[in-house]
Amino acid sequence: MQRKAVALISGGLDSLLAVRVMQEQGIYVEGINFFTGFCVEGHTHAIRKKDQKKPKRNNALWCAEQLGIKLHIIDIVEEYKDVVFNPRYGYGANLNPCLDCKIFMVKKAREWMEAHDFDFIITGEVVGQRPKSQRKDTMPVVQKDSGIEDRLLRPLCARNLPPTLPEREGWVDRDKLYDFSGRSRKPQMALAKAFGFADYAQPAGGCCFLTDEQYSIKLQDLWQARGNKQYEMDDIMLLKVGRHIRPEPGYKLIISREEGEGKFLQGYRKQYPSLKTTSHAGPLCLIDGDFAEEQIEQAARIVARYSQGKNAPEVELEFRDTEGNTRLLTVPPLPPHELKKEWVV
Amino acid sequence: MSRTILDCRRLLCPMPVIRVQDRIAELQAGDELQAICTDPGVMQDIPAWCRINGHEILEQRLEDDEYILLIRVQDTEG
Ligand code: SF4
Repeated sequence: MQRKAVALISGGLDSLLAVRVMQEQGIYVEGINFFTGFCVEGHTHAIRKKDQKKPKRNNALWCAEQLGIKLHIIDIVEEYKDVVFNPRYGYGANLNPCLDCKIFMVKKAREWMEAHDFDFIITGEVVGQRPKSQRKDTMPVVQKDSGIEDRLLRPLCARNLPPTLPEREGWVDRDKLYDFSGRSRKPQMALAKAFGFADYAQPAGGCCFLTDEQYSIKLQDLWQARGNKQYEMDDIMLLKVGRHIRPEPGYKLIISREEGEGKFLQGYRKQYPSLKTTSHAGPLCLIDGDFAEEQIEQAARIVARYSQGKNAPEVELEFRDTEGNTRLLTVPPLPPHELKKEWVV
Repeated sequence: MSRTILDCRRLLCPMPVIRVQDRIAELQAGDELQAICTDPGVMQDIPAWCRINGHEILEQRLEDDEYILLIRVQDTEG
């Protein structure tokens, strides 16, 4: 009887290898890729010009195609919020709740496995590779808290860990699994070469924006301004775009840095009031939060500072509310020394 | 056989793929799905998803800044 495994596919090299190791042993594999909203690829595609040179491919899909497996991409944006708000095991260096995240994903994959009659789960984890979620002492926590217990196999480091059910039952041969550990990527690269994988994604840092310091600062600022830990999909997407400037606690400006971002922000003009320079070429700015009438002028002066009219005595801008009503403003651009450092998020 | 239109405008990767995947799960073999998207990444990703899952791309084109893909659903059971 051919055994079936479901693999957590991130799009990186490790999960790619883990699946191939299983396929070599005759296991049928299908992949799951969870979309949390913070995933590094995706969104960022194609917004900025500099990103357009990069191949616009979804790495998880690409991996699945290389492996010849089906891939199920599952939207967990809503449920995942709870993981981000209240991680039982805390955050990593930034707002990354890696251990809770792993537990959550394995638990979701377990539910999928049970619903689809699969036998076990595999991941590309390597002992000691990541400081928090992939330590020898935290790996059993994932197994226990997710409820997967010994149906979770990590083919790349299995020989450093106690035998799992698939090994004990003889579905897979433990001797043909690996004993990788630590942060060196050399063994993975050698294995990739042996399998003939030449082109694969090598993400710097973690799998998601929550590991990014700048991004985490912006998310924290958003929570602080709103007085609670909440976010919507649009909020977390907008944290990836533009300059964020908060001149008052109650509102912030999201100012495009280039044409691609301007175009992207335009799509939000029904949700957020906006400012756009009309007398000079300049950015598009969304205003997020509550602001008083006189603050529109302050905002306009800041936006004007980022336009080609920054040295002109006056710049004309169009203010547009979410209904599409517009009016013109004429303001002197804010001189650089008046833009306070602490406004920039 | 039916044709469904799926509006994926303004959605960014991987949301258009997720929408296509979830809608196809509700369709029958032979049905057609037309996805209208604005993220250029879909021109790679939706065909890749279709190849992996055995569905057929009948057409993909750019029209007025919108990426339009037409998919024919195949029977992929078993
Ligand atoms: S980097 Fe992000 S996606 Fe990866 S384990 Fe940590 S929290 Fe989860």
